[in-house]
Amino acid sequence: MDSKPDPILSCSEVWKLFGRNAQQFLKENKNITDDMLSDNGLIGAVRDANIEVDEGEIFIIMGLSGSGKSTLLRCLARLIEPTSGQVMFEGENLLNHSEKQMIQIRRHKMGMVFQHFALMPHLTVLGNVAFPLEVQGIDRSERENRALEVIELVGLQGRESYYPRELSGGQQQRVGIARSLSVEPKIWFLDEPFSALDPLIRREMQDEFLRIQSVLNKTIVFITHDFNEAVRLADRIAIMKDGAIIQIGTPEELVINPADDYVKEFTNDLSRAKVLSARTMMSKPEPDAQVGGRVSSSTKIQDLAEDLIKSELPFHVVDKDDNVIGQLTRDAVVDVLVKQP
Amino acid sequence: MNSTVGLSSRHKFAYTWPLAWGVAFTVVAFIWIGGDLWQWAVKAPKELTWKVEALGSCTSVRLCVTGFFKFMVSNDAYIFPWTFKEFTRFVAACIEFPYQIIRSFLASGFTIPLSGGESWQSPPISWLGLTVVLTAVAYRLKDWKLALMVFLCVAYLAVFGNWESAAITLSSIAVAVPIGIVFGALIGILGYRYEKFERAITPILDLMQTVPIFAYLVPVLFLFGFGPVSAVAATVIYAMPPMVRITMLALKTVPLEIKEFGKMVGCTKRQMTWRVLIPAAAPGLMVGVNQVIMLSLNMVIIASMIGAGGLGFDVLASLRRQAIGDGLEAGIAITLIAIVLDRLTQAWASRSPAPHHETKPTLLQKHKNLLLALLILAGTTAISFVAPFFAQWPEQFEISTGQFWNDLIKWININFFDELEAVKVFLLLNVLKPVKAFLLALPWPGVLLFLALAGLQLGGIRLAILVVSCASFILITGQWTKAMITVYLCGISVIIAAMIGITIGVIASRYPVLKRSVLVFIDTLQTLPSFVYLLPVVMLFRVGDFSAMVAVVLYALPPAVRYTLYGIQQISPSLIEAAKTSGCTKRQLLTKVQFRLAWPEIMLGVNQTVMFALSMLVITALVGTRDLGQEVYIALTKADTGRGLVAGLSVAFIAIITDRLISAAAKKRKQALGL
Repeated sequence: MDSKPDPILSCSEVWKLFGRNAQQFLKENKNITDDMLSDNGLIGAVRDANIEVDEGEIFIIMGLSGSGKSTLLRCLARLIEPTSGQVMFEGENLLNHSEKQMIQIRRHKMGMVFQHFALMPHLTVLGNVAFPLEVQGIDRSERENRALEVIELVGLQGRESYYPRELSGGQQQRVGIARSLSVEPKIWFLDEPFSALDPLIRREMQDEFLRIQSVLNKTIVFITHDFNEAVRLADRIAIMKDGAIIQIGTPEELVINPADDYVKEFTNDLSRAKVLSARTMMSKPEPDAQVGGRVSSSTKIQDLAEDLIKSELPFHVVDKDDNVIGQLTRDAVVDVLVKQP
Repeated sequence: MNSTVGLSSRHKFAYTWPLAWGVAFTVVAFIWIGGDLWQWAVKAPKELTWKVEALGSCTSVRLCVTGFFKFMVSNDAYIFPWTFKEFTRFVAACIEFPYQIIRSFLASGFTIPLSGGESWQSPPISWLGLTVVLTAVAYRLKDWKLALMVFLCVAYLAVFGNWESAAITLSSIAVAVPIGIVFGALIGILGYRYEKFERAITPILDLMQTVPIFAYLVPVLFLFGFGPVSAVAATVIYAMPPMVRITMLALKTVPLEIKEFGKMVGCTKRQMTWRVLIPAAAPGLMVGVNQVIMLSLNMVIIASMIGAGGLGFDVLASLRRQAIGDGLEAGIAITLIAIVLDRLTQAWASRSPAPHHETKPTLLQKHKNLLLALLILAGTTAISFVAPFFAQWPEQFEISTGQFWNDLIKWININFFDELEAVKVFLLLNVLKPVKAFLLALPWPGVLLFLALAGLQLGGIRLAILVVSCASFILITGQWTKAMITVYLCGISVIIAAMIGITIGVIASRYPVLKRSVLVFIDTLQTLPSFVYLLPVVMLFRVGDFSAMVAVVLYALPPAVRYTLYGIQQISPSLIEAAKTSGCTKRQLLTKVQFRLAWPEIMLGVNQTVMFALSMLVITALVGTRDLGQEVYIALTKADTGRGLVAGLSVAFIAIITDRLISAAAKKRKQALGL
């Protein structure tokens, strides 16, 4: 295995307990259970969270309401002070920084998109997008030029002088996205950015998000309660329940190998053909067998099914260097398409 | 299991409270019957004094307060680096300077000294110009309906000959309102930022809003002397507390996401407050601005007692002359100003969004409306040099309804004197006098006992301690008898107002058409300055307790009606349908369902009625009651700070006692209903 570069953002053993003497409680106790918390009148919003976010990846924290996902995000951005633990950002522990250092880091290295947009009602689109730069004291013409660039990136050119109340929900969130990108952040937090939008708009915004990410290649921490959204967008997903992270993995890993019934429950409704790739479903290649074609190992089953079923012959699965590493049979594909686990 | 435990414990305590009350009543009756033996308990005690002199001649609470204020205005009190006296002078100058400028613009014109001892008098802004501009502003902010209303209101001032007085009143409002808004907002921001500060100012705000306005006229008068400065200072003190509260509330209710957003873009604390929180809280803050304006106008008449002049002075003067027509016209003028300012600020706060501009406007384009307005004002004012019509509405066309009202009252007095007198005498002899005698005869330990019991039952030990200590303050400052008279007048008025108000509320809730007219009627009652009620009442019933009662009932009626209406209306329609399908008659529906469910709201309405009654009661001291109100009023005429504040605080404490007890009862009831 080649050595992995250090993650840009990580946290280890992060706890956030609400209630009296929470810090004391954590120092004195190990192997904390639900009963121990409730006996001490504490509520465990985040419990022993460990995550690592690599440069350029879309890391999604997924959980239902009350699972602690938003609290964990706010601990990562230090909007909420964790009760204990470490939050490492670019090799430094954020929790050791002073208020002033945090202001500098947030000004230059972090961007955040909010569920309900959090736009300033008295500012135009241009004013809103330029606001983070204004706070930094950048002069007007420079910050407005920069803002215009991001406004164009999110496809809102021509609306610069509109007020938020004159825009639709989807457009408002585009403003929110543009605003969070105006400082060219190192890390981009998105807190359920599309949850407040209609399903059709949500889909459009997800595509838009992927498009923007393909241009910018940011490191992203994305929160959602929608498993389908997570699967659609994520490189890796962390699933949270009752404050604890149950499993971290690629969408495919979650589907093939769910950690428990809770995770499995989510994957049940999923169209597996969209998630599983040729690599996962392939079998050992038979040297002399006739094959109907070649597919790359990362191709999703959904995208190759039609060709393979038509050809009635197995396909060779090849890696990046075009070496045959396995074969994919018609039966295996049909299994994925028709069978639910 | 749980429910049976709850039931049995309820049974166990079911007789505790009636028993306790029974014992209390027996004890009080015992003291009362054996009155001669326990003189100390039956007779209201004299003011508590002590022998050791501190701070000059400070031997009682009252004298200590007076001594404190005397000390403050002497040259020994320092607020670094000034003496306190210099400080008050500085404050006075800060108020005086803008006041004089605005007054010169609106009312008196500028006097510019020329060489050779002569001077040149410029005219004030033309009434015609101001009317046109205000109407145009109203049109621009909303629509032609608002414009028409503003036009009629402003024109009323000119046509009824109230223009100059109105201009003077407006000048002091124009100074008081910005001061109230700015300082109220600043204190509110501090309260939002520092929780300790908020906890410290909350009880002070409570007290400021319950102490009758008259009571703080006394120290203000003592510090700033008679004149517009005092009037503005008193107005600010009166109008500011809601701004402080609303600012704190508005900042607290800014969505959490907006606050987080501010943090995430790296705002410093200062940027957070001014760039993020205040703009996001702007709609809420506008409510506060509106409140400051309305309360400042409430204060107009009272402020004229310490030298505000203007419309307030006109009302007061006509009250003294018993000229009902003039007083009514000036009173209505105040109301109309209030309405115009209220609607204009509301329209401004909710104005339709400024359309987005395709091109950046130049400075001239941006302000062309402002420029136009200034041109109109300057133009009409300039014309008024030559055309008297522009300077003043011609006197021969002034309308006055004074004679009509005077004749009407005279006619009523001539034709219905006996009937009115009969009602008055009957009520005096059969209701007012006996109640008064009863309350005055109540032994004070008994009253304290009852209060303590009520506090315990409704809210627990803390409430009991609070109400007993409030009552004890009244006792040791020697205000007991006067306080009892206040309670008697207030109590009877509240009972009558509540009976009338709840009845009207119940009837109005059944008929939508009636409801609308009732709401308009009580809105009008509420916007009329309280003094205006006194005028006709005094002319029909002359001075005395009865007149005071009638005026208080009229003034305190609106909240009883409003809350009853609201209480009945907020009952969920499904409950009403459930009752109807169970076969309730209309009467059963009212008594068994609507009344029971609306009871907490009705109680809150009664609570408000008490608050209104107490504030009006102090004003009725002008028509010769002998209660705490009179005490405050006497203190005002003598500028006796100790006497005024002690009596004022006593009124506030009566208000606090009733408020806390009734609120606790309403809360208990609400919880029992599971609302």
